Amino acid sequence: MNLDPKTYEKYAKSHAKKSPVLKDCACAFLVGGVICCIAEGIYRLYLHLGMPEVNVRIMTPVTIVALAALLTGLGWFDKIAKFAGAGTLVPITGFANAVVSPAIDTKAEGFVLGVGAKMFIIAGPVIVYGTIASVIWGVIYYFLHNGGIL
Amino acid sequence: MAGGSQLLRIQNPPSIVSSAAVVGRKEFEGPLGADFDLHADDDKFGMDTWEKAESEMQRLAFGLMLKKGVIKETDVDAIFAGDLLNQCTGSSFGLLDFNIPYFGLYGACSTMAESMMLAALMVGNGVFQRAAAVCSSHFCSAERQFRFPIEYGGQRTPTSQWTVTGAGAMLLAKDGNGPYVTEVMPGISVQKGVKDANNMGAAMAPAAVDTLKRYFSCSGAVPEDFDAILTGDLGQIGHEITAEMLYAVGFNIKKMYNDCGLMIYSAKTQDVHAGGSGCGCSGSIMCGPVMKRFRNGTYNNILFIGTGALMSPGSVQQGMPIAGIAHLVRISSTLPACGGGGEGVSP
Repeated sequence: MNLDPKTYEKYAKSHAKKSPVLKDCACAFLVGGVICCIAEGIYRLYLHLGMPEVNVRIMTPVTIVALAALLTGLGWFDKIAKFAGAGTLVPITGFANAVVSPAIDTKAEGFVLGVGAKMFIIAGPVIVYGTIASVIWGVIYYFLHNGGIL
Repeated sequence: MAGGSQLLRIQNPPSIVSSAAVVGRKEFEGPLGADFDLHADDDKFGMDTWEKAESEMQRLAFGLMLKKGVIKETDVDAIFAGDLLNQCTGSSFGLLDFNIPYFGLYGACSTMAESMMLAALMVGNGVFQRAAAVCSSHFCSAERQFRFPIEYGGQRTPTSQWTVTGAGAMLLAKDGNGPYVTEVMPGISVQKGVKDANNMGAAMAPAAVDTLKRYFSCSGAVPEDFDAILTGDLGQIGHEITAEMLYAVGFNIKKMYNDCGLMIYSAKTQDVHAGGSGCGCSGSIMCGPVMKRFRNGTYNNILFIGTGALMSPGSVQQGMPIAGIAHLVRISSTLPACGGGGEGVSP
């Protein structure tokens, strides 16, 4: 049974268990939805407490990020994420976890070359390509806006 | 050496005179938990970093091995040791306290077999009187080096394996009452194009198949000669592939074949996906449960095939395929009748 790499890859794939996509989607939908409901609750609470709406719009994601960071520090976030998958990854909670987890992890390597340098090892690409994408969209928007389309 | 087949029959087979296995909590809670010598409830083993914890496991395993065998540090001529960390720091720091000549090895998860093989060859050929084989892996230090930060919230793929927190140390000596390492067969790197670092069982299986095929072809032995054929650690997928591919070429090993990655955790309750991995997996199983089975007579003759995935995070990111390697060690409770078959190796 001397398989060439291509045939072997197919053969190996036939042995690999598939991810339970439907279950994963359902879990992501549920947990993601719950996170959004919590955020909505926080939003309304801040409004109710008399905070100006402009500030509430900033304070709500800040609060969610703080909560996600706290849960990461307590070691609970990864347990929730294991169940939730994209449900915790896609909202801003995933971003908070992606920054805090390497920061905790690299503490032993010092504050400069450890925490400082490695903090953005996962979130870095999101910031880089997010910024680039927004610049490109800004240029497109400028022309569309000046052209009277938007 | 038997005519280019790379099967090395050791003329004066060394005896495994002592061994010790140290594991973490999850491994202790697995089906073989009671067969390990020592475990810690806290996987940091009282240290402040995961890397130091891994070294501490090696130090504990080696110390315990000396104590169990009533052997003095000065009686060990050399240590062959390795782990998964960059530059093998798990071993170099862990064994620093012992004033013994040290050879650092990197064989990925095949390190237990590689170190046993080298120690056996050195002792069997009279270079050393006693040599130790040591290895370790730690889930957290491996995650940090190869995957994501510990607290990162991600999902693992069904084919991924769980790095074992464990260390094993074994002492081979010229004189002893067995079990003996009678034959070894160094592995050849085999690469079949697998690029998925989350499916290392599939990447390593062709190497295990290659080594076993070569072994059965040139040793004259048949699978039925063995109480067990253990690979370490291919996990569920690699185990299936190895059994199937060998069956296709006429070697039916299904009855006595098991994999250390499948033995160490409970697939039902411990949520480890395709099974265990890491040097510490086959390391702790060989030095703990397997040696126990030799002592109580369950095993008299086994083949241990240590399998390693030869890759780094960098090589995977650059799109390089993962090569596998499989080193074979034959362990018997009795010495071969005809003094090693007359094909001994000279140093």
